Amino acid sequence: MKQIWIITKRELKAFFDSLMAYIMIVAFLGFTGFFTWLYGADVFFINQASLQSFFSISYWTLFFFIPALTMRLIAEENKSGTIELLLTKPVNDWQVVMGKFLGTLLLILIALAMTIPYYFTVSSIGKIDHGAVWSGYLGLILMSATYISIGLFASSITSNQIIAFLLAIFIGIIFHIIFDVLASSFTGLLGGIFSYLSINSHYESISRGVIDSKDLIYFLSLTFICLFSTEAFLAKRNLSK
Amino acid sequence: MDIVVENLTKTYGPQRAVDNISFQVKTGEVLGFLGPNGAGKTTTMKAITCFLSPTDGDIKVGGNSVLSNPDKVKKLIGYLPEMNPLYVEMPVIDYLKFVAELQGIHKNKIRERIKEMVTICGLEGEKHKKISELSKGYRQRVGLAQALIHDPEVLVLDEPTAGLDPNQIAEIRALIRSIGRSKTVVLSSHILAEVEATCDRILIINKGKIVADGTADDLRKRAHNREVLRISIEGADSNTAFQALRAVDTIDLIDPLPMKECSFEIHSKNDATSRKAIFSLCVEKGWFLTEMTPIETKLEDIFRELTVN
Repeated sequence: MKQIWIITKRELKAFFDSLMAYIMIVAFLGFTGFFTWLYGADVFFINQASLQSFFSISYWTLFFFIPALTMRLIAEENKSGTIELLLTKPVNDWQVVMGKFLGTLLLILIALAMTIPYYFTVSSIGKIDHGAVWSGYLGLILMSATYISIGLFASSITSNQIIAFLLAIFIGIIFHIIFDVLASSFTGLLGGIFSYLSINSHYESISRGVIDSKDLIYFLSLTFICLFSTEAFLAKRNLSK
Repeated sequence: MDIVVENLTKTYGPQRAVDNISFQVKTGEVLGFLGPNGAGKTTTMKAITCFLSPTDGDIKVGGNSVLSNPDKVKKLIGYLPEMNPLYVEMPVIDYLKFVAELQGIHKNKIRERIKEMVTICGLEGEKHKKISELSKGYRQRVGLAQALIHDPEVLVLDEPTAGLDPNQIAEIRALIRSIGRSKTVVLSSHILAEVEATCDRILIINKGKIVADGTADDLRKRAHNREVLRISIEGADSNTAFQALRAVDTIDLIDPLPMKECSFEIHSKNDATSRKAIFSLCVEKGWFLTEMTPIETKLEDIFRELTVN
């Protein structure tokens, strides 16, 4: 556990050292602020004290930002060879994967924490559904965790950051859109399966304020499958080269 | 702390990078790993440091197996990989702190250890710079500092002096020598002079197999058991001297040197020495022997002999 935390700290620091974190936080707050307060289906337009528009815009912003954060995590280490340095220290592959995962998740949590003032502001101008807000945040966190693990996996199979980025987006689109489209074009069991696989449907049900164990299991299991696959790809160095 | 490599085999697909090698390194010994490119030096080192797990066989560091107890082995080893990869975006101090924490050094001792490493490796003026701003020589020092920070019992260095200038090479060699007195050191190189200068024992590896094992002197003896001398004589002309030397029965071959009048390279017969005979000859004839230098077989020749085919 201590080893994971040491790596988490380093990763988080690396985000801030490379300006990546500042750019990400500023852009995230800029986008979500703009669409929550000023433009489109903003709070004043829908005339309801609700953060629904904030959650839907955050969802899409994170969809693009997370792969940009995760793309370098392992790909860069593969390329520069630092992965060898890291793995010959007293840490195992799983601790490295978890450390990197938590480091990125922590950055997202920091960015999300900075939007808490939105919640206070909106609740001061009208009657807000507190449960829906907290479950909306929970949904964003779960979705981010899943995306980070997907991005980490994409980063582990290549030493090229651009490929890692595109691959993460590609896998993201499958879970985000393709399964959704397939779900609506099939009926019966097949439609049910695709609907269950889609991140969208689970996110929507959570952000409506319904926290169902089915959704929690979905996000957590997808996250762990990706993290395990990442570990497997790190261990692949032992098979061939 | 001893390193015991037992029947280590590592295959990459159909290729056997390391083929059933066994050797031991004892405490206080500096072992030089020598071999042409792609001989399996780096692979063996990666296996010792638990980065790659052996396809077959086992490695024990101080009795701990890399297969069953890698975390313990990793703690005992300080490793400087080939090409010296580093987190270039980190400042030197932060990087050393990160490594120290990973190595499980107690919180109160981390500062002290970093300070010590900065002094030993000569990083005083650079410690607050980012690693990306450092020159290659300084980066190499950072690499050594991170390998030494937890005071490891075993040091594994993959081409530690690659890309350094002669002064830095001399410094790092001296450092390795001083560490090697109390610790176990394995270093690889394809620079023969380096191995000869720093190592107590040399292991030559080729195509995944050990082809020679011993001190530099052992290897010389094994490769050539012939004495080679260079001599110069004054007071005689080349022809007479040549004829007279031919008559000495321990001499196998006389090679006149073109640069200088009346000087020769003399190859004695196997296991024989001609020094006394040449000296007596000169005394007898009233010549002056102005030079007699034994020529040692170069390690390069042995290396070539052993690794070409």
